[in-house]
Amino acid sequence: MEVRTKRKAATIATHVFIILLGVGMLYPVIWMIVSSFKPNNMIFSDPGLIPKAATLSHYVEGWDGLLNVSFGRFFLNSFFICGCSVLANIVTCSMAAYAFARLKFSLKGLWFGIMMISIMLPAHVTTIPRYVLYNTLGWMDGYLPIIMPKVFATDAFFVFLLVQFIRGLPKDLDEAATIEGCGPTGIYLRIIMPLSIPALVTTALFTFLWTWDDFFNQLLYIYSVQKFTVPLGLRMFKDNTGNSNWGAVLAMSTLSLIPCFVLFFSLQKYFVQGITTTGIKG
Amino acid sequence: MKQTSLGRFAKRNAVPYMFLLPWLLGFFILTLYPMARSLFLSFTDYNMANEPVWIGAGNYIKMFDQNRLTGDPLYLKSLKVTFTYVFVSVPFKLVFALLIAVIMNRKLRGMSFYRAVYYIPTLLGGSVAIAVLWRKIFSKDGVINYIISALTGIQDLPGWVSNPKYALGTLIILTVWQFGSSMIIFLAGLKQISQDYYEAASVDGANKVQQFFHITIPSLTPVILFNLIMQIIGAFQAFTQAYIISGGKGDPINSTLFYTLHLYNKGFYYYEMGYASAMAWVLLFIIAILTMVIFRTSDRWVTYGTGE
Repeated sequence: MEVRTKRKAATIATHVFIILLGVGMLYPVIWMIVSSFKPNNMIFSDPGLIPKAATLSHYVEGWDGLLNVSFGRFFLNSFFICGCSVLANIVTCSMAAYAFARLKFSLKGLWFGIMMISIMLPAHVTTIPRYVLYNTLGWMDGYLPIIMPKVFATDAFFVFLLVQFIRGLPKDLDEAATIEGCGPTGIYLRIIMPLSIPALVTTALFTFLWTWDDFFNQLLYIYSVQKFTVPLGLRMFKDNTGNSNWGAVLAMSTLSLIPCFVLFFSLQKYFVQGITTTGIKG
Repeated sequence: MKQTSLGRFAKRNAVPYMFLLPWLLGFFILTLYPMARSLFLSFTDYNMANEPVWIGAGNYIKMFDQNRLTGDPLYLKSLKVTFTYVFVSVPFKLVFALLIAVIMNRKLRGMSFYRAVYYIPTLLGGSVAIAVLWRKIFSKDGVINYIISALTGIQDLPGWVSNPKYALGTLIILTVWQFGSSMIIFLAGLKQISQDYYEAASVDGANKVQQFFHITIPSLTPVILFNLIMQIIGAFQAFTQAYIISGGKGDPINSTLFYTLHLYNKGFYYYEMGYASAMAWVLLFIIAILTMVIFRTSDRWVTYGTGE
């Protein structure tokens, strides 16, 4: 009896600890969301999470954006880049992964080793020549420098994730399909791809999030405000109106996080799967 | 005879290489060629407008030359800032991740919800939005100072982001805050540890702390090694947060001049692209050496369980 009460107390203590720490950790984010609804003069004098007065004006003003470009445009641009990147990664990374996981070919070991090493490669050793290359191709101030690397499956990370997944799929179906006269392309399209949907969702999810937040490449390649993405728009917005209208900056910051929240809460199990199978950085 | 074996060779490889083609092209055009090119550029003076001019090891010498006119005194500063950042933030992050994972590794109701909540900072932390928020809440009139004042009564607190003594600290806190993904990896590792070990240990009279140090930690060493390497590689390349919080220049007085930030400014602000290429290669070299050292020493502290 006493052991049981002791255990119960320990469980309650754990709950309390986890909840308190969790609230502390999320405080800045919650504060940002709440403050985006507070009138400007109340934002910084008030650490509380229940606004004494609420207004939607920051969202209205913020959405107007800057230099006659609305924040909606930044969102559309970001969605466009992310959409293309997700599509490209799903097609080309899965193709490479299928070859590595299922097909036999010359030099396979060499290519696989190179692919694994390229995961660890810091991007900076390729940044400058790529920049010069894209400049020569006339791709500056456009989205091609961001999308094309995905068309060529340079996110080796996802190739690895998909290889691991495909290797775990039973081979019986492939063999049955081969007997039925199905070639490698047919097996890829009709068997491997449908069965890999969980890993493909994980790939899509992280491709979307990382492209959404990829400030470095967007900073490097996109110059005109019309073409700005959400991170670039936010930075400009902070620099230009940060001192006068913090409410609007917080409101747009909050909006910029909504796609991540929506994806996270609707596809939570794929996150955990992706992180644990490959140790996705974060 | 030769024809047929060649034909067979082509036939056997054609389809697999078709699947591999996008990746293979990407590797040659967007990885191998740029690497070779940046290695070459690192020995030249190059600004994109003119042809590169060979200067031998000049760029590499310049990094360690403290003279304002001939060298780059900021280079060593950026190296120091980055090393401080990496070697403070990564251990703290991993210790936090491990401790929280151990606490969470019980059959608690609402576990998956808690896990999700703790992952949210990792989910959002890399964004410009959070960097902007961080800069604001850690400023002199920010909400962090408001809370500290309210709790302790201390007035006249510094602006953490604008004070060169503390600015890097705010970036480290921001990084440690994102311990969620390491925690999830640790949690997965903890699930693999057989309960038998713990039962045997408690029969032998080992308390929880002893169990933690003699069972949990040794069993997790492969996961710790993995997390350590991934986090170090990632931390060396941190950019967005430092860029936004320091206003793009490593302010105040270069106290947050991350290596990548300095590289970006050299390459794309001053167009010293040869020098920036050399910096990139030194970064690769540093990361490779560190990874190797950690791997080499790992057989002394990493224990792999027998038979899965």
